[in-house]
Amino acid sequence: MRLFGWGRKKQDAQSAEPSPAKASASELESRVQDGAGQDAGKDAGKDAGQTEASPAEQTEARKDERPQSSGDQQEATAAPAKKTGDKPRASWAQRLRQGLAKSSSRLGAGLTGLFSGGRIDDDALEELEDQLIMGDLGVEPAAKIVAELRRQRFGQEASDQEFRQALASIIADMLEPVAYALDIKNQHRPHILLVTGVNGAGKTTTIGKLASQFQAQGAKVMLAAADTYRAAAVGQLQIWAERASVPIVTGAERADPAAVAYQAVERARAEGVDVLIVDTAGRLHNKADLMAELQKIVRVIKKLDDSAPHDTLLVLDATTGQNAINQVKTFKELIDVSGLIVTKLDGTARGGVVVGLADRFGLPIHAIGVGEAMEDLSPFDPQAFAKALVDLEE
Amino acid sequence: MFEGLGNRLTGIFDGLRGRGALSEEDVKKAMREIRVALLEADVALPVAKAFIDRVREKAVGQEVIRSISPGQMVVKIVSDELVRMLGSEASELKLMGEPPLVYLMVGLQGAGKTTTTGKLGKRLKERDRKKVLMASLDTRRPAAQEQLAVLGQQTGVDTLPIVPDETPVAITKRAQTVARMQGYDVLILDTAGRLSIDLELMQEVRSVRAVCKPVETLLVVDAMTGQDAVQTGKAFHEALDLTGIVLTRIDGDARGGAALSMREVTGCPIKLIGEGEGMDALDVFHPERIANRILGMGDVVSLVEKAAEHFEEEEAEKIAKRLQKGKFDLNDLASQLKQMQNMGGMGALMKMLPGGAKMQAAMKGANIDDNHIKRQLAIISSMTPAERSKPELMKASRKQRVANGSGTSVQDVNKLLKQFNDAAKMMKRMKKMGKKGGGGGFPGMGGGMPPGFGGPGGGMPPMGGGGFPGLGGR
Ligand SMILES: Nc1nc2c(ncn2[C@@H]2O[C@H](COP(=O)(O)OP(=O)(O)O)[C@@H](O)[C@H]2O)c(=O)[nH]1
Ligand SMILES: Nc1nc2c(ncn2[C@@H]2O[C@H](COP(=O)(O)OP(=O)(O)O)[C@@H](O)[C@H]2O)c(=O)[nH]1
Ligand SMILES: [Mg+2]
Ligand SMILES: [Mg+2]
Repeated sequence: MRLFGWGRKKQDAQSAEPSPAKASASELESRVQDGAGQDAGKDAGKDAGQTEASPAEQTEARKDERPQSSGDQQEATAAPAKKTGDKPRASWAQRLRQGLAKSSSRLGAGLTGLFSGGRIDDDALEELEDQLIMGDLGVEPAAKIVAELRRQRFGQEASDQEFRQALASIIADMLEPVAYALDIKNQHRPHILLVTGVNGAGKTTTIGKLASQFQAQGAKVMLAAADTYRAAAVGQLQIWAERASVPIVTGAERADPAAVAYQAVERARAEGVDVLIVDTAGRLHNKADLMAELQKIVRVIKKLDDSAPHDTLLVLDATTGQNAINQVKTFKELIDVSGLIVTKLDGTARGGVVVGLADRFGLPIHAIGVGEAMEDLSPFDPQAFAKALVDLEE
Repeated sequence: MFEGLGNRLTGIFDGLRGRGALSEEDVKKAMREIRVALLEADVALPVAKAFIDRVREKAVGQEVIRSISPGQMVVKIVSDELVRMLGSEASELKLMGEPPLVYLMVGLQGAGKTTTTGKLGKRLKERDRKKVLMASLDTRRPAAQEQLAVLGQQTGVDTLPIVPDETPVAITKRAQTVARMQGYDVLILDTAGRLSIDLELMQEVRSVRAVCKPVETLLVVDAMTGQDAVQTGKAFHEALDLTGIVLTRIDGDARGGAALSMREVTGCPIKLIGEGEGMDALDVFHPERIANRILGMGDVVSLVEKAAEHFEEEEAEKIAKRLQKGKFDLNDLASQLKQMQNMGGMGALMKMLPGGAKMQAAMKGANIDDNHIKRQLAIISSMTPAERSKPELMKASRKQRVANGSGTSVQDVNKLLKQFNDAAKMMKRMKKMGKKGGGGGFPGMGGGMPPGFGGPGGGMPPMGGGGFPGLGGR
C-alpha cells in the first residue's frame, strides 16, 4: 500500500466536533496513520526543505512534523473569505466515514438483512450483487466480486462479521494495485501537473488542496489558471492561491489556455519552482474540439519540456455513475492520463465506480476529496475504503 | 461501450420471429436484458426493479404486431412505459403569481446551479419578457458570487450587487427588497452546493426557503449521476419540497438514468435540461428523448427537431416549394450543408442517431468529416450563379476552374456533382412518396441522412440499430 508523501494532521481527530459519526471514526484515523507509516519510505514525496534527502531516508517522524507546519502555514495565510474554517472540523476519516456510513448503511443494512450469519447461499449472493450495484460498482465488477466470494465461501457457515470481512478483502484486493501516492520526484524542475476532468468535478478545489499540501512540505509551488473559459474560474483559483500562499500565473480573459500554460512553465522555470499545477477548464470527454484544445495544451507544454506533463490527473466526481468509465477511457486515450483523484466522497455517493475503474483501467488513484476545505484531500487507502464501503466495524 | 437495449433484445428474440404472442418465458429473458440495460444507464436499482415489474405485466401475452419482431415489440413496450414514467408532457415553469416570483436553485456541489441560473435568467428575460434579478447566496465557494455576476453581464440580466460577509438569509432578504422596490417579475436565487447529509447547510437552505417562499424550488442534477440519485433526490425533496428537476450536462454521453430515478423518487417533473456551457444551452425536457437515450437507441426525435429548428424558416419553405416543383439545385445543397454546420457538424448529428457511433466510425474510414462539408461548400461557392442553379453546365473546363478556385481537385468536384445527382434523385423519390422532411422540411431527415453525404465510399451504412418502429414520426 502506498500513501501520500505528505501526511495528515493528527490533531484533527482531537479538534473534531462531536459528530453523529460513530466512535470508531478516530480509530479508523489512527489505523490509516499507521498505514502511512508502513510504507513511508517508498512513498515519501517532495520535501524541499530536505531536497538532498533521498525519499528512502524520510521517516515516519518527519511525516508527522510536516502536517504540523501545515497548520502554521494555514494560520499565517488564512484567507479572509474562508468562513468554514472557523468551526472545528471533523477529521477527514471521520467525514469519509460519515459519508460512507450514511451511504453504506444502506449497503450495511442490506447485508444485515440478507445475512445475519449462517450459510452463504444463492439468495444471499444474489442480494449481495444488488447491493454492490447500488454502490455504483457496475454490473460487471459486482458480478465479478460475487463470483469470487462464491468461489471462496459458498456453502460455508460464516458470521455476519466474517462475511463482510471476506467481502471487504476481495474489494480491497482489487483496489490495492491502484493505490499510489502522487510521487513528486526531484528529477524535474518544475514538476508539471496537469489537472483535467469534466465540468464541476472538483479540479480547481483539488488544485487548491494539492498546492497547500505541497507548499506545507516545503516545495515551491506555482499555479497556472488555464481555465480561461468558465466565468470567474480564474478568480476562484486566485483565492485558492492566496489561501495556500503560492504564486499564480493568469492570462487575459478568454486567452488561449495553451498560451497561459506556456507562460506559466516559462515563469516557473525562471523562478525555480518545484511544482507547477495547471488548472484547465472542465470539458466533457465527448466534445472533440475541447479535447483537441486539451491536447494542444499538452503539446505546448512539451515544447518547453519534452518529459512534461509529469503527471496528468483526471479528477472524477464520486457521484458519477457508469459514465465515469467513458470519461476515463477517453481522457486516457487522448491525453494519456497518469492518475485519478476522486472527489466528493464525503457525500452519499459511495464511489463504487472506483472499483470498476481499477479493475478495468488499472490507473493509479492518487487521492480522494472528502470536503471543500483545504485539508480535505486524503490518500487513497484501499483497506479503509473497502471496509467503509461494506460498513465493517473494527 | 454499452450495447443499446434495441440490439440486446433483437438478439435474444432472433429465434422467435413469427410467433403470435409473447410468452412468459420470452418476457423473463427480455426482462433480464432490460435490467442490465437500465443499470448500465445508471437507473437506480430499486427504480429499475419497480419499472421491470410494471413492464413485465404489460408484456406477457402481448400480441406481436406482424410487421415487427418480438424484440422490437418489447422495446416498444419498454419505451412507452419509460416515457410515461418520465412524464408524458413537458412541464412548464410557474410564471403566474404576485411578483416578484422567487425561484430557488439547489443541489450538490458542481451540479451546474450557477450556470443554470444564468441560462434561466436569460431565457425568462428574452423568451418570456420578464424583468429578472439574479442573486447568489453562495458565500462558500471561492468567487461563486462573482461567477454569477459575470454571467449576468454576459446575458444582460441584472444581478444583486455583492456585499461581502452577508449571510445567505440576509442576502435573500435584501434581494427580495430590491426586487420588490424595483419592480422585478422574477428573482432567481442561486445557492451554494451542499451535501444532503450536511445537516447544517440543509438547515440553512430551509431557512432561506422559509424567508423567500419560492414558487419554484429546482433541484439541479448532473445527468451523469449514478445510483446516488435516489439518496440525493429523496433528501432534498424531504427537506425542501421540490417543485422540479433540472438535468444538466445532457450534452455528455451519459445514458441519463438519473432522470428516471429522480423522477420516481421525488415525483417532481423534470422541467429543464442543460445541454452545454453556453447561456443558450437550456431546453425544456422531452421524455421521449431521454427514454431513447436510456435505452441506447439514439435521439432521433431530437435530431429531427434540432434540424428543423436550425433550418431557418424561409429557407426551409423556399426549398420545400422548389422541391414540390421538382427543383433542387446546388444552392439548395449549399444551404443544407450550411445548416449541417450550424447544427454542430456531422459529429453532433451522428451522435444523436441510432447506431451513430458505428456510423461515425464508418465516416472516419470514408473520410467524411466536417472538413468535408467545408470543402464541398468551397466548391459550390467557387461556381458562378448560373452553374449553381444549372449544375448540368459543369463541363470539363469549368470543373478545372472551380477546382482551382476552391483549392480542390477536379476529382473532388466530380464527387460533389455525383452526390448532388444522387441527392436530386432521392428528392424526387421522396416527393413521390409524399414525404416531407423532418418538421420544417429538412429533406432527407425522415428517411436517412441528408443527401449529399454519400461520400467517396458511396452510401451511409444503414441506420436504426434498434429498429424502433414509429420513432421518426414524432
Ligand atoms: N463536498 C465536496 N465538495 C467538493 C469536493 N471537491 C470539490 N467540491 C466542490 O465542488 C464544486 C466544484 O468544484 P470546482 O473545483 O470548482 O470544480 P471544477 O469545475 O472541476 O474546477 C465546488 O463547490 C467545490 O467546493 C469534495 O471533495 N467534497
Ligand atoms: N457541458 C455542460 N456543462 C455544464 C452544464 N451546466 C453547467 N456546466 C458546467 O459545469 C461546471 C459547474 O457549473 P456551476 O454552474 O459552477 O455549478 P454549481 O457549483 O452547481 O453552481 C461549469 O464548468 C459549467 O460550465 C451543461 O448543461 N453542460
Ligand atoms: Mg475549475
Ligand atoms: Mg454555484
